Amino acid sequence: MPINVHVVSRSSRKFERDPETVKGEELREQVLELEARGEWIVHKVPEPWITVKNKYGRDKKIPAGHTWHHKSCGQCGHIPGYSTSIFWLHRKLGLDYHDPRDQTSCTAWNYYASATSNAAAQAAVALRNFASAYQSGYYPLIHCATSYGHYKEVRAQLLHSRKLRDEVRRILDAMKRPFVFPEEIVHYSEWVHAMRHRIAERRVLDLSKIVATVHPACHYHKLVAEDAIYDPDVYGGQRTATVSATLQALGVTVADYSTWFDCCGFGFRHILVQRDFTRSFAVQRKIEVMKEEANPDVTVTHDTGCVTTLDQSQFAARAHSRNVGLPVLSEAQLCALAMGAHPYRVCQLHWHNTDNRALLAKMGIDHEARWREFEADVERLKNGEIEYLSWEDADA
Amino acid sequence: MGCDTSRYAQVPREEKQRLFDQVTADERFGHVLYGCYECGICVATCPSARFYDFSPRKIAQATAREDVDLVYKFMNEDVWDCSQCFSCDKCPRGNSPGGLITILREVAVRNGLKTAKEALEGYGRIIYKIMSTGTQVAPDMLQPSAFPDWGPHVKEISENLPWWRRALPPETLHTTESSWDVSEKTLSELYLIWHMTGVMDMIQEVDEGLHMILMDVMEEKLEEAGFDLHPDGED
Ligand code: SF4
Ligand code: SF4
Repeated sequence: MPINVHVVSRSSRKFERDPETVKGEELREQVLELEARGEWIVHKVPEPWITVKNKYGRDKKIPAGHTWHHKSCGQCGHIPGYSTSIFWLHRKLGLDYHDPRDQTSCTAWNYYASATSNAAAQAAVALRNFASAYQSGYYPLIHCATSYGHYKEVRAQLLHSRKLRDEVRRILDAMKRPFVFPEEIVHYSEWVHAMRHRIAERRVLDLSKIVATVHPACHYHKLVAEDAIYDPDVYGGQRTATVSATLQALGVTVADYSTWFDCCGFGFRHILVQRDFTRSFAVQRKIEVMKEEANPDVTVTHDTGCVTTLDQSQFAARAHSRNVGLPVLSEAQLCALAMGAHPYRVCQLHWHNTDNRALLAKMGIDHEARWREFEADVERLKNGEIEYLSWEDADA
Repeated sequence: MGCDTSRYAQVPREEKQRLFDQVTADERFGHVLYGCYECGICVATCPSARFYDFSPRKIAQATAREDVDLVYKFMNEDVWDCSQCFSCDKCPRGNSPGGLITILREVAVRNGLKTAKEALEGYGRIIYKIMSTGTQVAPDMLQPSAFPDWGPHVKEISENLPWWRRALPPETLHTTESSWDVSEKTLSELYLIWHMTGVMDMIQEVDEGLHMILMDVMEEKLEEAGFDLHPDGED
């Protein structure tokens, strides 16, 4: 069933873009042209891929498996259940993946926060990672929307500047790395979107009573906007379908709110050194609006900064009696929970700030029993019975 | 605040023009500013405009009109309020005011403007983390002193950190000082990038102390990896 367009535009019109009439450049074709001219190697999306439509109605290939996981520093560092859930979903769907040590972050969080870098360094960081993926034989799947957005910027800059390409090639030569660019830049949430029906088939929880709002990540759908997934059946094609269509496939009710286009308030530098802005924006323009207009059980998003900001900003606002207390999850965690993942061993919800126990109870999860299990795991770690929690332990 | 440039009246016009020319000489400039309709759509979408005396329209407009005095003022103050969310990419003229701000900030840092140094005060430890470990926010940065407004939950994480990191099934995530286990070879290649692209020079402009600490960390690793930073024998 389509997500109702009336709530968005008060019109029944569906927006279906004809790729023939789009004026924007098709950067992916230019990437292939550079390969044909012998400038670089294009890392092709491995088969089998799933075809989706981007904002301009053009086809986009999403690899099903055999992926090189370009991890997110903010996810792995502060919300590690996010990355763990992405891996867990791959394992449960029986899909082959590689979790590399030969990977740096895109370093763009710092770049957008402090400008203590430049276009050549940023492009070299991107292409060093892409070279590593290519050499491993696995295709890059990018966990962070900032990395995804930034790498799309890097692609445009490289295509527009021979000088930049030459500079990056010189650096890669010094490392004895190949000069490679991926055919498609793919965000993990696009992989989740492409897999949503397979995930829904494996759902073990009834989520029909759950109401969720969606925060689309800025660097996913605003920065180099044409790469994002759109679907005429989701909000009439007026907004990205990523996350919303996944929730719908899981049986969750997606509720609308008026400030959906606003950013979360992350601000890159603000979340670290100017949090008065971040807290005010996250609470006043997002959480309170969601609560007042939709009263959801959870808000779901698909990026590192958004989960962090929306979740962490609510604590201080409580002291000011603001209308907060809305659990925040990534859709990867919600999908994992729906498929029966352990809320603490896999989704690692104890790293989140805003109380999510009522949500878990409403989803039919015995969070008290699950927490006791996790505490017992920690005891086993402390007394040396186990060195680490394994994937087998996580599913025990 | 606003468009008052009197604070920078003593800065020679040539200096302001020199920095302005660096902005327009950036290869990205032609793709982030095509002119400006002065429609204000960017302001309507802008989160920073809601909470600060800040306007992407004014920045785009002043740059398009080549008002070097005003651009100098914006480069010193307003640019640091931007959230870099790129909501302003909605611009009907095809501009990216956020992208223009990235360039303005970069010129401010490269030239070691006093205001850039001030804006980066308290941020050095984060630059150190990303440049030395290749990951920006490590688990050990979750300290109550750094995030007092996030409540007792941060204390709980920091107290349990070694155990909670070991309780993560992915093998790469058992680290506390970096977000994941980054290989030594990878790090030396990252250091090479910082050196070959002039980023180390930028750091030296804004924070001498940080530059020295980073050089200490990097030089040995680069040497071990066989990367020669001074092929002509210079120091
Ligand atoms: S949206 Fe674009 S054209 Fe309109 S004021 Fe902003 S920069 Fe100028
Ligand atoms: S990128 Fe900066 S100027 Fe543009 S909308 Fe975001 S905060 Fe405003």
